[in-house]
Amino acid sequence: MNAPPAVSIQASHALGAAFIFKKALISALVALVLFSLMIGVRTEAGPTGQLIYWTRFGDLAAMVATVFGGSIVVELLRQWWGPVGTIRVVPTNVKSALALARRGIAPVLLIFTFLVPVIFYDQRYILDLGILVLTYVMLGWGLNVVVGLAGLLDLGYVAFYAVGAYSYALLATNFGLSFWICLPLAGILAALWGVMLGFPVLRLRGDYLAIVTLAFGEIIRLVIINWQSLTGGPNGVSGIPRPTMFGIPLTPGDDGLAAKLGIEFSPTHRIVFLFYLILALALLTNWVTIRLRRLPIGRAWEALREDEVACRALGINTTTTKLTAFATGAMFGGFAGAFFATRQGFISPESFTFQESALVLAIVVLGGMGSQLGVALAALAMIGGFELFRGLEQYRMLVFGIAMVLLMIWRPRGLIGHRAPTVFLERSQAISSDLVKEGHG
Amino acid sequence: MSGDHILSVDRLSMRFGGIVAVNDLSFGAERRKITALIGPNGAGKTTVFNCITGFYKPTSGTMQLTHDDGRAIRLERLNDFRISKQAKVARTFQNIRLFPGMTALENLMVAQHNALMRASGLTFLGLIGAPSWRSAEQHAIDLARTWLERVGLVDRADEAAGNLPYGDQRRLEIARAMCTEPALLCLDEPAAGLNARESASLSELLLSIRAGQGTSILLIEHDMSVVMEISDHVVVMDYGVKIAEGTPQQVRDDPKVIAAYLGTDEEEAIAVMESGT
Ligand SMILES: Nc1ncnc2c1ncn2[C@@H]1O[C@H](COP(=O)(O)OP(=O)(O)OP(=O)(O)O)[C@@H](O)[C@H]1O
Ligand SMILES: [Mg+2]
Repeated sequence: MNAPPAVSIQASHALGAAFIFKKALISALVALVLFSLMIGVRTEAGPTGQLIYWTRFGDLAAMVATVFGGSIVVELLRQWWGPVGTIRVVPTNVKSALALARRGIAPVLLIFTFLVPVIFYDQRYILDLGILVLTYVMLGWGLNVVVGLAGLLDLGYVAFYAVGAYSYALLATNFGLSFWICLPLAGILAALWGVMLGFPVLRLRGDYLAIVTLAFGEIIRLVIINWQSLTGGPNGVSGIPRPTMFGIPLTPGDDGLAAKLGIEFSPTHRIVFLFYLILALALLTNWVTIRLRRLPIGRAWEALREDEVACRALGINTTTTKLTAFATGAMFGGFAGAFFATRQGFISPESFTFQESALVLAIVVLGGMGSQLGVALAALAMIGGFELFRGLEQYRMLVFGIAMVLLMIWRPRGLIGHRAPTVFLERSQAISSDLVKEGHG
Repeated sequence: MSGDHILSVDRLSMRFGGIVAVNDLSFGAERRKITALIGPNGAGKTTVFNCITGFYKPTSGTMQLTHDDGRAIRLERLNDFRISKQAKVARTFQNIRLFPGMTALENLMVAQHNALMRASGLTFLGLIGAPSWRSAEQHAIDLARTWLERVGLVDRADEAAGNLPYGDQRRLEIARAMCTEPALLCLDEPAAGLNARESASLSELLLSIRAGQGTSILLIEHDMSVVMEISDHVVVMDYGVKIAEGTPQQVRDDPKVIAAYLGTDEEEAIAVMESGT
């Protein structure tokens, strides 16, 4: 306490260098052990079936050196940018400019999104990408209710997406129900499944909850594959009707929208319609979530994430609170699923693998758990980024992985790392994410 | 043991495997009075609280809560959240359990969950912003503000609970418990970690709760100055059994109590004696 600060800083730097070196050395050792067989020795079956092998010690050395150097760089970056114990002096005018930018970003983004079909009317690729991004924004916002607000780690979110998609597909192809009737039905059915998943996992926490939800996601997929008579099995469901604009189909025929408006038909009309449809659905999700946060149920979700024992001491029924979180998240997943089915016109179990759950969860975590804007930005960065690096082919995943690692070092609590209070007396002060709990389940 | 008891604990026992934390304990808490539960470390006081508030299911024994209107509730038959919701028993924790990432005001709003849930028409009325919901919400904010004023935290209403100093967190936890509008308030060492001035204002707060709200208080406390000053009745536990009870004066002079404290920690026993006189 009384020591001059300069001395202690120098001491911690000296300590830091030794620490970084040691850490890098350990990483390099691990890499050496791992890669000596994976890279160092190459084996192949010869023409007569015998084993041929040769060594690649040069590559191995390069790999280990990369790990060693990379580890030092990562550690240094972490110390410079890291949130732990670093005090960065930011001039107040820069700070206020940043705050202004932060406040402005949501409306600007929203207006831009509304204008996307106008600006990029001729670019089908951009419109399709926009629809894809918005679908993930919606899924992210839906999962955010469960993971970000209620703090329940759900690794099987794709199950509800699948339930929604198949509900619409089967109801529409078998009973000829229209999209606008099926949409709420798909949401309700998915919510029911959410409750059904919720019951067995109520007593589970943390890793156990994650594993059971993961299994649930797989079970739904396997049921879809094996229940051939209903779902068509691996062949999926095709010929799913396209959405109509409240009964008016978007087709070139005489009763189509184009003919009724007296304009020339273009297939882009449907794409633009789908774009605004998913935008509306996503905004509905956002609006409902923001409202729910300010209602007792939403506060109870967040309180559950903060401290379940205290919740029970205050007379909150934690069982129904968890179930409503699961059901609400699942319902939004179901809506998104129904949209997915009508957009694709064809669905199969392949679209509902664990990878989807992982991607949506990554969006929520990356965005900053609980932050609506963060989730939207993360969806844009992840899905958009994925497309951006399409040219890099097999290196795409590598770039993606590095970006994720860097981001998690720089911002361990996600892009938007603070929580906005739901009610205030004098003024709303953002709460630092260091105080906000991640939940235990 | 006569008088109007809000809580009657009868032959309560709680066993954890081989450990008997509470052994055949009987006592009562009088209505609109402050009852203190004291005893050396590990005596089983917190365990009694956990039984009363439904966090533990007692091995044997009964706990009856009688409301002002004569309605009697058997606490051992209710589980966790129903004890707060139906029996109107609120509690605080020995190691503070606030919602650290929520503001002080939000903490008090969460405490009014059940009332607000009804007012929001199980969320649906709230979602459409019905006027009845809006007025109920305003009412809840007003109640929270009242309690923030009473514990002297109204200036820090919009700060994260986890950011408040220790003493403020203790008082906020009491305010949060009071926002459930309880009939019986159970406080587990509310003065722990407070300085002399803060302890004195805590005593004042508890006396004003008893006088103003008519809430009965059950208090676990090691700070004898608080216990001696505000309790109407003191129950002393050691090794899970009741070793004495009576008025603060009676208990203070009881040789068994002195021995219990001496047996565990001489300094503590002396402190008890000195602070009491
Ligand atoms: N969940 C549990 N499992 C096993 N043993 C427990 C459990 N809870 C309490 N005990 C034991 O019961 C005994 C009484 O503990 P308790 O916490 O009730 O004491 P206390 O009177 O509150 O002490 P302190 O003044 O230190 O808070 C202790 O020996 C403790 O180890
Ligand atoms: Mg205790």
